Amino acid sequence: MHTRSNNDKAIYRKTITDRIFWSVIAVGAVIASLIMVLIVIFLVVESYDFIDRVGVLHFVTDDGWWPLDQLYNLTPMLVASLGVSFGALAIASPLAIIFSVYCVFYNKGWWQGFFERIVDVTAAIPTVIYGFWGLMVVVPIMNKFTSHGVNLFSGMLVLAMMIFPTIAMLTTSALKSVPFNQIQGATALGVRRSSLIKKIALPHAKPGIVMAMILGITRAIGETMVVLMLCGNVVQFPSSLFDPTRTLTANIALEMPYAMGDHRSSLFVTGLMVLIVVSILVIISEVYANRKRTMNH
Amino acid sequence: MSTTTFAHNTKKHNANDWLATTVIYIFSALVLIALALPIGEIIINGYDKLSFDFITQLPEDSGRSGGISSILASTALIVLIAMITATPLALCTAIMLTEYLPEHSLRSSIIRGSLDVLAGVPSVVFGLFGLAFFCQTLELGYSILAGGLTLSCMILPTLSRSITSALHTVGDEYRISGAALCLSRLSTLWHVTLPVVLPGIAVSVLLGLTRAIAETALLLFTSGYSDKMPSSITDSGRSISVHIYELATNVPGGQQSAYGSALVLLLSLLLLSVLLHLTTHKLQRRMIRG
Repeated sequence: MHTRSNNDKAIYRKTITDRIFWSVIAVGAVIASLIMVLIVIFLVVESYDFIDRVGVLHFVTDDGWWPLDQLYNLTPMLVASLGVSFGALAIASPLAIIFSVYCVFYNKGWWQGFFERIVDVTAAIPTVIYGFWGLMVVVPIMNKFTSHGVNLFSGMLVLAMMIFPTIAMLTTSALKSVPFNQIQGATALGVRRSSLIKKIALPHAKPGIVMAMILGITRAIGETMVVLMLCGNVVQFPSSLFDPTRTLTANIALEMPYAMGDHRSSLFVTGLMVLIVVSILVIISEVYANRKRTMNH
Repeated sequence: MSTTTFAHNTKKHNANDWLATTVIYIFSALVLIALALPIGEIIINGYDKLSFDFITQLPEDSGRSGGISSILASTALIVLIAMITATPLALCTAIMLTEYLPEHSLRSSIIRGSLDVLAGVPSVVFGLFGLAFFCQTLELGYSILAGGLTLSCMILPTLSRSITSALHTVGDEYRISGAALCLSRLSTLWHVTLPVVLPGIAVSVLLGLTRAIAETALLLFTSGYSDKMPSSITDSGRSISVHIYELATNVPGGQQSAYGSALVLLLSLLLLSVLLHLTTHKLQRRMIRG
């Protein structure tokens, strides 16, 4: 930290080219920081007139989603978004924690780093490929058990596979940050590997694991392709795991290419809602991280 | 008495340990299999389709037969535009944060904060923004240019974050020596800092490229659906990921071509990942040599 302030104090020679360069850099940095502002402005501008005219209540009390008949209830899709994401998190995070424990504490062979690299590679697989694979493999299997192969559960399952690498990578690095002397001390006291993991490693890594889970669910809620291809896209409150349903993000991707007028504005409202849900999650993670930081001091 | 309790505990602990080990091994094996399934499926089914003709011919019959040459051209153009616009902006931001602004100043936290928030925005929201701003306000229409520019907004935070951390790896002794030698900041950057971090910047660009190629949702309604060979960047063009989505959902009988395209996409990502690995390796060797 103080090495940086040394650089801040360093007195450089000032030339005219340096001034010009500084202004170029400043313009670039300002443009980059303005993009976020632009996004919010455009979403609000596109939907403001519409919200003002229709009223916020319509988005929660209308009789369903029939945008061409001026019915704009978004709650079924909000519930579906949250349901599918939390479901995916519930499937992915225990497996991710178990897998990370295996990678850090059990995997001692020649393939030690190999499994972690596999997770790295799978993290880069495009979501459309997960969606396509789900459509080709998961849906036919699901069709044997229920009438709708494309349903909440198919989406959840494939979404879980998609967010697994994110959670596993962050959990692994959290487990690796457990101080070595604690592990050494516990081993010297004769603590078994399972108790070592349960009593020392996992509690120590807990903040990191929670952050990994929050990041995972943020990705899941923002994800479009997998839920678009696998959840069935019927607007309804899912009454069981095997009902087809439509999420907020899928709604945008599905109807945007042909939407006009008020219908189009209502999709911008949908986008605004996705952004709000994601922001709430980001704020929760920030607050959590800050609390952990102050607790450690 | 106490020894018996102890022995009993040990036996119980042994059983627990054994149980935990078994559970962990079984679930880890299951996870590894699950991770390998999609890749295996795509390779097995896409292998037949993959040929020189598939890559060099135009798609026919909505993509059911023929190749994907025009799709690859559109993808390349979209990604190229995204990288050309995002890289300079990311470089500017990174240089601003590391070279000019003090670490804890208000201005640097505003820049860093806005990019952090941008990194959390879902891609479909970027798509909405691109549609409203690039396609309509700037009147670019559904075009490769609009798609590429929207994509550049999406990869900007990733790119600038990794370039910033690459610039941070250069010790401040380098910069202070530059100042001591009566160089300007620009000369220090150009002659001292940049040569050291060039491999790091290459890694960042490759990482951004990987994300750009994999993106779908944002391009669905910014770059258009046309599968014709693009003649200019204002034409509508379909990226390979959108092509896979179209073939899988809207074109009955398009699965074989979808498998082929998915394999091409996976292979190009693999190629990038190998490149990334080699570059990182080179970087490490260079750092060790000093």
